[in-house]
Amino acid sequence: MRKLLLPIMIIVAAILIIARLFFLQIIDDSLRLKSENISIKIKYEYPERGYIYDRKGTLLVANQPSYDIMVVPREIKDLDTLEFCNLLHITKEDFKKKIEKAVVYSPMLPSVFLGQLNKLEYAAFQEKERKFEGFYIQKRSLRDYQVNVGANVFGFIKEANENTVKKNPYYKSGDLLGIQGVEEMYENELRGVKGVKHIQRDRFNREIGPFKEGKYDTIAVQGKDITLTIDAELQKYGEALMKNKRGGIIAIEPKTGEILCLVTAPSYDPALLVGRQRSRNYTKLYNDSIAKPLYDRSLLAEYPPGSPFKILTALVGLQEQVIDTTTTFACHHGFSYGRKFMRCHSPAGMYRLHNGIAQSCNAYFANVYLDILKKQPKTSLSVDVWSNHVKSFGLGQFMGYDLPTGRKGLIPNNAFYEKWAYPNGSIRPTYIVSNSIGQGEVLMTPIQLANMMAAVANEGYYYTPHIIKKIKGQPIDEKYRTKHVTTIDKKHFKPVIEGLAEVFKTGTAYFLGVEGLEICGKTGTAENFAKINGKRVQLADHSIFVAFAPKKDPKIAIAVLVENGGFGSTTAGPITTLMLEKYIKGKITQKDREKRVLEKSLQNEYNKFSKKYMDSMYRIKLRKDSLDRVKNKKKIDSIKKAQAQT
Amino acid sequence: MKNQSVQKNIDWITILIYSALVILGWMNIYSADINPTSDYIFDANENYGKQLIFIAFTVILIIVILTIDAKFYERFSSVIFGSSLVLLAGLFVAGKTIAGQRCWYAIGGFTLQPSEFAKAATALALAKYLSDPQVNLKNFNNQLLGLLIMCLPIFLILPQPDPGSALIFIMFIFVLNREGLPSWYLWTGAIAIVLFIMSLLLKPQYVILTSLLAVAIHYFKSRKIHRNIIASTIVFALMAGFTLSVDYVFENVFKQHHRDRFNILLGKEVDMAGVGYNTNQSEIAIGSGGWLGKGYLEGTQTKGNFVPEQHTDYIFTTVGEEWGFVGSTVIILLFVSLILRILYLAENQKTKFSRVYGYGVASVLFTHFFVNVSMVIGIFPTIGVPLPFLSYGGSSLWGFTILLFIFLKLDANKVNEW
Repeated sequence: MRKLLLPIMIIVAAILIIARLFFLQIIDDSLRLKSENISIKIKYEYPERGYIYDRKGTLLVANQPSYDIMVVPREIKDLDTLEFCNLLHITKEDFKKKIEKAVVYSPMLPSVFLGQLNKLEYAAFQEKERKFEGFYIQKRSLRDYQVNVGANVFGFIKEANENTVKKNPYYKSGDLLGIQGVEEMYENELRGVKGVKHIQRDRFNREIGPFKEGKYDTIAVQGKDITLTIDAELQKYGEALMKNKRGGIIAIEPKTGEILCLVTAPSYDPALLVGRQRSRNYTKLYNDSIAKPLYDRSLLAEYPPGSPFKILTALVGLQEQVIDTTTTFACHHGFSYGRKFMRCHSPAGMYRLHNGIAQSCNAYFANVYLDILKKQPKTSLSVDVWSNHVKSFGLGQFMGYDLPTGRKGLIPNNAFYEKWAYPNGSIRPTYIVSNSIGQGEVLMTPIQLANMMAAVANEGYYYTPHIIKKIKGQPIDEKYRTKHVTTIDKKHFKPVIEGLAEVFKTGTAYFLGVEGLEICGKTGTAENFAKINGKRVQLADHSIFVAFAPKKDPKIAIAVLVENGGFGSTTAGPITTLMLEKYIKGKITQKDREKRVLEKSLQNEYNKFSKKYMDSMYRIKLRKDSLDRVKNKKKIDSIKKAQAQT
Repeated sequence: MKNQSVQKNIDWITILIYSALVILGWMNIYSADINPTSDYIFDANENYGKQLIFIAFTVILIIVILTIDAKFYERFSSVIFGSSLVLLAGLFVAGKTIAGQRCWYAIGGFTLQPSEFAKAATALALAKYLSDPQVNLKNFNNQLLGLLIMCLPIFLILPQPDPGSALIFIMFIFVLNREGLPSWYLWTGAIAIVLFIMSLLLKPQYVILTSLLAVAIHYFKSRKIHRNIIASTIVFALMAGFTLSVDYVFENVFKQHHRDRFNILLGKEVDMAGVGYNTNQSEIAIGSGGWLGKGYLEGTQTKGNFVPEQHTDYIFTTVGEEWGFVGSTVIILLFVSLILRILYLAENQKTKFSRVYGYGVASVLFTHFFVNVSMVIGIFPTIGVPLPFLSYGGSSLWGFTILLFIFLKLDANKVNEW
């Protein structure tokens, strides 16, 4: 027994030790995690975001350095809070709140304590950085806008929020990413790839060199510069013309589908959304629910297109051979169908295609449309034929352009009518005749209008509109170089284009001609209604104008929408011609027209709307209050009664 | 038969394990102490460079030990023991104080720790005394003298203060036990330890109640003839008294850092940045190793120097982190087989002197191994004892080498005995 005591103890001890090791090394996972958090520090190196240039190579968006104060809550030690707060001009409450927020994100991982310091604040803090353990400065680059226009084109960059971080592991708290516009669309190209450095730390948190000789480290890859198809001069001019108006301008180069300008009004200075004020300014813009400066009207404003849609009615008519250039219809200040009557502004008389377009005669196009719908044995079949022709112009669908927002618009087909209005094939041509003149159910966005004009200018094909011209080191997407051919034969475009040119000679825009420039265009006036106080109220018409120029070898197709701007030729028309002249000639000859447009303000019109709107809201409130009073009175009375009884 | 060569009779298995441990030890010291600015492994400014010199010197030491006649150790054991006691006592006069402990002689650039050598000396002295045919451990006077030999170095080491080394000498009790020391010595010790831990964890009344229960069970379970109500009562009274005194000793005799070490272990206090730092960091380092470890020279905790004293007392953390569970187990098994091998050889000695000495070697190695590794993995209070052959340090490496190779010499010489 005495001999065995020591050997037994040795074996028992060994088993005990191995069991404990098994627990520490195999079962208890927390230790491994602790080890990595303690000894390896991950440092990110943020590459500079790619620059943005316009089509002529003008620098639009560059970068400026910005400094974030990052915090690792667990590492904060012996902090002189008062000095710290004074240095950064924050209150003690702010400090507490921010620390709490950081702790919620993670006590061990760095998060932004205070973002986007300017150079002065940075310098002051940097001097004393060593004193504040647990805090460090992270350099990032912010946008530095070289122009004060194009906010809707560029979008902006902001810090990734928790959702983004969760969804996309590339982003860490405090990383910047592009929101809206090309910043969002070309985020991956612009941001580059951030570099990662794993740094081995010792027990004093001192960095003692790269972890595993930098085996896991990566070098930051510079963001790619991109060139936009935007013409900065034209963009700037467009935004100036749209001042004090609401609406959008979009111009496309028909031969390529390149977007030349993308104006929305009202807009804002892109520099507003940079730096520490970004959040406050953004909220302000976001909360402006009446003017909606963040709402890109050139892409999102979905309205009945009005008269420009007649171009398509004519083209489909020609293609379906229900009319030719000589087909004539009479107009008596309007067109009656059944018991209804469609008013027409054009002089009474006989209309053919040529003057029908020029004078924008409602009766002519209503007749053409009815003929189209009557061609097939059943109206329902004809509706689909028409619908397919129209859709081949890129309407009623997201067109696939490279901007992150958009609307489909609406081109109804038979299924649509079956579902919503006329079931079991009960549809009759006269029911939907309003579509002929772009009222009815048809909805289009400005970019679709411009694209339609580009297809007309090209006599039957278009390229998907796009805003990217070049990405450094890689060609633009194949889909932007693919021709989309419409279902209308090339020969049918000639007479329509002639009609569009006539608009500026004898038609609805005869007074809008530009010397030395043959423009083809079409006015549009879209009625619009708002539901105010439960009632449908007609507001001032939206002014629409579409055009391309020059007639021979078109260089630009354009669509202009001015909300509540009245007739197409009153507001949108002059803007269109000024834009065309600016782009093609580079200078403006019609100085007085320019002056008129620049000075024109529709603010009164908008105020009227908002006053009506406000009044209605006020009335609703009054009504609700009085109802409440009655209710309360009844309640109190009944209580009193009950009390009296007892 | 006489004068057979040492090479032929020496136990090569032990030497193989010894060499493996020394080499692994150096590799881990290199990893723990690696200096990125110096890639020269013989750099005498770095600990791993020094350790290499120490290792080289052990070869000379081994040759000398094996050349000396085996009888020398037996004959001169008293002298060796005496001089080691003198060296220990001399520390109070000429010792060098490092970190509050006066355990070293400074010779040139090196420091020497005499307590490391006293282990071998004490083992020799015990062996010499117990191998005397007139000595019988049933005899109380002989028991007393045996215990005195064991305790003399302790008296000199405790005030240095070096409780770790002192603990090692206490474990010579196993040697005495093997040679016939009555079992109640060990039992008393074991019961005292159990009572001590219990009284730290529980309230004294519960401990006393448990003691009473244990004594009662023992009383009724023994055969009637052995029942002694008076003896049982005395035992119980002693247990109760001990329990009550533990609290007093713990609070008044122990120093704060001793209390902390026990409290950490018993999970009473958790201050990971302060007193619990060492144990916490060494557990993290070992725990992060996983099955196969992070690879040699790849340990992040090791490189970051998170574990203090990693090249000396905490060298096992490097093994745990870089070689993982598998590597750690291999080291444990190497130690276990080394100690069991020594015990096996000891039991097969022809002379009592050799056997007792072999037992002494095994006890010393086992105690060092167990106390050190248990401390590092957090199942024993923090007590500074090196891990034999692996830890950095000339004194400990030479001390263990001398201890082991004297035994191997005695073992190799057994064919000459009859």
